[in-house]
Amino acid sequence: MTVLQSPPSRSLDPEKYAARVRAFSPGRELVTYAAVGVVFGIVLVKSEVVSWYRIQEMFRFQSFHMYGILGSAMLTALVSVQILRRLGLSSLTGERISVPPKLLGRGYRYWIGGLIFGAGWALTGACPGPLFALVGGGASVFIIVAVAALAGTWVYGYLRPQLPH
Amino acid sequence: MLLSWIRGPWPWYVSGPLIGLFVPLLLVIGNKQLGMTGALRATCAAIAPSDIDFFRYDWKRSGGWNIALAAGILVGAVLAVATLGGGSTPAISPHTRDAVAALGLASPSGLVPAQLFSWRALFTIRGALAILGGGFLVGFGSSYAGGCTSGHGVMGLATLQFASMIALIGIFAGGLLMTFIVFPLIF
Repeated sequence: MTVLQSPPSRSLDPEKYAARVRAFSPGRELVTYAAVGVVFGIVLVKSEVVSWYRIQEMFRFQSFHMYGILGSAMLTALVSVQILRRLGLSSLTGERISVPPKLLGRGYRYWIGGLIFGAGWALTGACPGPLFALVGGGASVFIIVAVAALAGTWVYGYLRPQLPH
Repeated sequence: MLLSWIRGPWPWYVSGPLIGLFVPLLLVIGNKQLGMTGALRATCAAIAPSDIDFFRYDWKRSGGWNIALAAGILVGAVLAVATLGGGSTPAISPHTRDAVAALGLASPSGLVPAQLFSWRALFTIRGALAILGGGFLVGFGSSYAGGCTSGHGVMGLATLQFASMIALIGIFAGGLLMTFIVFPLIF
């Protein structure tokens, strides 16, 4: 079961699929995502979601700015995903567009992990996307924040077998 | 005129939908789900897999795109600050200004308080807590939760995933705990 899956009738025939995959070599793929990242980085900085002050303002319920951004981003994404589903498109790489569901399990990982991440977000004012933006556009010391985040990810990987999920 | 508008601060109703559009864009390009936590995992897998199960996967194939996206974000941020007027002090609420002052921080300047996030601050107790401790919590928590603000908050909610709803409630509760319980203790 997937959350979003385009209808099979419109998926590409194998020949077209192969042509698309050939055209989209790994190198070209990475350059494409890096270019998307450049635009995303500009939007993250200009929207001020990378600002520690804006995050404080959000957690203190003192402005609509962050709520407006997250809410309208979510709504825009929701509507676009529904349109994509109805159009039944394939991606440029020739794959059928589909979003696998996040497995709930007992759900521990979501609230405990969320709680820990949320605390870190309030403390640093940076979630993983803005973290990279701040290395480039904020303070150079954010390179150390990023290294600490990598350390946190590594320790999670190390402890994962012992943690409730 | 357009450029001067772009160089000014963007209102939420412009930035929000723009951010949301990255969800269909990534799906259409390569059936990728917006999220940044994967870049942290892939980077760990690339530099220190250490025989840990979580890092034993084909990171080039399934996480390479995420690292490229992260590298792009870094470059985009440099451009935004250098040419598009990014990085100026946000016009935050006067209440938040007061709250920041009450924490003993200087009045807002730039995107982050230099008293917490600067090379000099790294060698102070609260600076080290924010830089090292905060970064660690971000990496550990988002990897544990399997997503962050973009992966759960935008992508997950937009596809109506219950798991992301729980994660978002957790994220928010964690932020409130830090802001209202821990901040008064460490500042």
